[in-house]
Amino acid sequence: MRRRTASGPRWTAFAFIAPLAAYLVLFYAYPLYRNIDLSLHDYTPRAFVQGDAAFVGTANFADVLSSDAFGTALWNTAVFTLVSIAAQYAIGLALAVFFRDNFPLSPLLRAMFLVPWLLPMIVSASTWSWMLNSDNGIVNSVLGAFGAGQVNWLTSPETALTSVIIANIWLGIPFNLVILYSGLQNIPKDLYEAAELDGAGPWQRFRHITMPLLRPVSVITLLLGLVYTLKVVDVIWIMTLGGPGNTSTTLAIWSYRRAFGTGQPDFSQAAAVGNLLILMALVFGFVHLYLRRREEWS
Amino acid sequence: MCAAAIAGCTSSGQGTSEADDAYTWWDPYPQHDDSSDWARRVAACGEEAGVTIERTAFDTTALTNQALLAAQEGTAPDVILLDNPAVSTLADTGMLTTMEEFGLDTSEIDDNLLAAGVVDGQAYGVPIGANTLALYYNEEILDEAGVDPDSVTDWASLTDALERVAETGHQGITFAGIGTEEGSFQFLPWFWGAGADLGDLDSPEAVEALELWKGWLDAGYAPNSVITNSQNTVWEQFLTGGFAFAENGTWQVNSAAEADFPVGVIPLPGRDGGVAPTPTGGEFIVAPVQADDTRYEATTRIVECMTTPEGLVETATTFAYYVPPTTAGQEAFLAENEDLQPWVEAVRNAKGRTSDGLGTDYPLISEALWSAVQNTLSGAMDAEEALDRAQAEAESATG
Repeated sequence: MRRRTASGPRWTAFAFIAPLAAYLVLFYAYPLYRNIDLSLHDYTPRAFVQGDAAFVGTANFADVLSSDAFGTALWNTAVFTLVSIAAQYAIGLALAVFFRDNFPLSPLLRAMFLVPWLLPMIVSASTWSWMLNSDNGIVNSVLGAFGAGQVNWLTSPETALTSVIIANIWLGIPFNLVILYSGLQNIPKDLYEAAELDGAGPWQRFRHITMPLLRPVSVITLLLGLVYTLKVVDVIWIMTLGGPGNTSTTLAIWSYRRAFGTGQPDFSQAAAVGNLLILMALVFGFVHLYLRRREEWS
Repeated sequence: MCAAAIAGCTSSGQGTSEADDAYTWWDPYPQHDDSSDWARRVAACGEEAGVTIERTAFDTTALTNQALLAAQEGTAPDVILLDNPAVSTLADTGMLTTMEEFGLDTSEIDDNLLAAGVVDGQAYGVPIGANTLALYYNEEILDEAGVDPDSVTDWASLTDALERVAETGHQGITFAGIGTEEGSFQFLPWFWGAGADLGDLDSPEAVEALELWKGWLDAGYAPNSVITNSQNTVWEQFLTGGFAFAENGTWQVNSAAEADFPVGVIPLPGRDGGVAPTPTGGEFIVAPVQADDTRYEATTRIVECMTTPEGLVETATTFAYYVPPTTAGQEAFLAENEDLQPWVEAVRNAKGRTSDGLGTDYPLISEALWSAVQNTLSGAMDAEEALDRAQAEAESATG
């Protein structure tokens, strides 16, 4: 009787955890293991079907790191990610502050800023690529009306990366707006009133009340944005395919192209690049954990 | 609805009892739904073989990946219609049966068309039809510019025609230079037409071909958007009526007839005249290896139904753009569609992309080639530098 009560709750506890554990193993641990497994073997299409891929250790990683395209892709990834999230955050914050004071039509306008989030990616990315078309795009025809020459947004090595960054910023603003806006709602109004009585101007109030109190929300927004932006494939793939040349190829695009973009899939190299991306995201995750812990201590 | 879905699942697995008379069929024609002529034709071939065919359509690139995945899991379909450059890749994995094992005679098939499916002297499939590229022109624009289409016989006369078209204020030519297989497909007639060889991407001939394209872009004869154009976009541009020429394929014949302006076709010219070799397009019918080899009997009947002379003509007419791959088929096809003679001619002169013993190396070489096209057209590099690099890439990729 006593024994049953001792072991009963423990088994019940396991039973309750089991579905979650099974879910985690099936959908997280196994795919991750498989990805590492792929990157350590040489999976040609033949080996993929026959299941006899040779173990090559870190050769795939060495190939990736020594490839000409790696430097370009790494640089593009850094520029794409940092510029995207910096601009998304700045614009999102500006809009959130703007919408903080309710004014007529503000809910409607705020809702309209969510449109990029609601549209399927294929629709918005295709629309961007039509708008930025060199010969018939609306952007060039507007610029042309002001006397500017034709800009080859998506087809010139100088502007392709900029173009996809602009589109990606537009896509990311709603996310930043929503999170920062709800963060702003949690800052007590009386702080602003008190500061105003003490003679603080709008900039001082923003600088000394909004920014410090919004910090935890800002950090999580930036971090999520970073992890999300690191692995963006769809916008770039639809707009430029990572081209022309490799000028808008990020690590994620490179990985996707190796696996699915050619007639000869190279799953091993694609997985190796994918693992590098996971590592990068992981590093930033740890940075976040560290920052949060430091905050809790203080 | 639910029951049907479950039945669909089990029958695509291996050898359950219901699966015995349900044969799985994959093709890359999602535009033809279950009520289409094509779907009915597939179903009819199944009935003739005494089985039911369950047809699933995929996008072309997705089809190759799905096939690899299915082969790995041992759940490959009975029949796949596969884009011809992918045949050697799949054959190399050992997942396809040879036509000899199937007892199918491939001697009637035109050699240049069958070549894409031959690996080490063994045919791993039968082309169900072929298509290729040619140069469509807008008669109104050429009339206005005073260009006789028959005078366009080599690169110089074509560039000359483009110049005269440009003087009338129209756009010259549009083609697909996109960074995918389509880009290589469209560039190959110029590449081969210059006398270049896929084993030697940085030859002076190859540089000349790429400089021809780049020259048109720089002179404004071709729009900058060719760098991102797919073949569909090219056709949409041509249908606006603003372009004198468009490089496109047999599959647009019907659409060309319905255009708002009279459309003509000439072969793609080689550098010094004559017809440039164009790459063959089109699908092969292939049969993946099955654990249960009693299934092959019905599969053979299905494949035969699709590849008899009458069957090939029927496929050709169902699609309207497929030229039969056998002489008998072509003659029967021409008897019904006399005006497609130039296309039959073009297909006879066409060349498989994986031919010349390239096989599974072709996709790697092709990627290097389309990157060079992209780099040059976008102005990132000049043609020589881009092709030097492409050759180095191709060499390191193919080992």
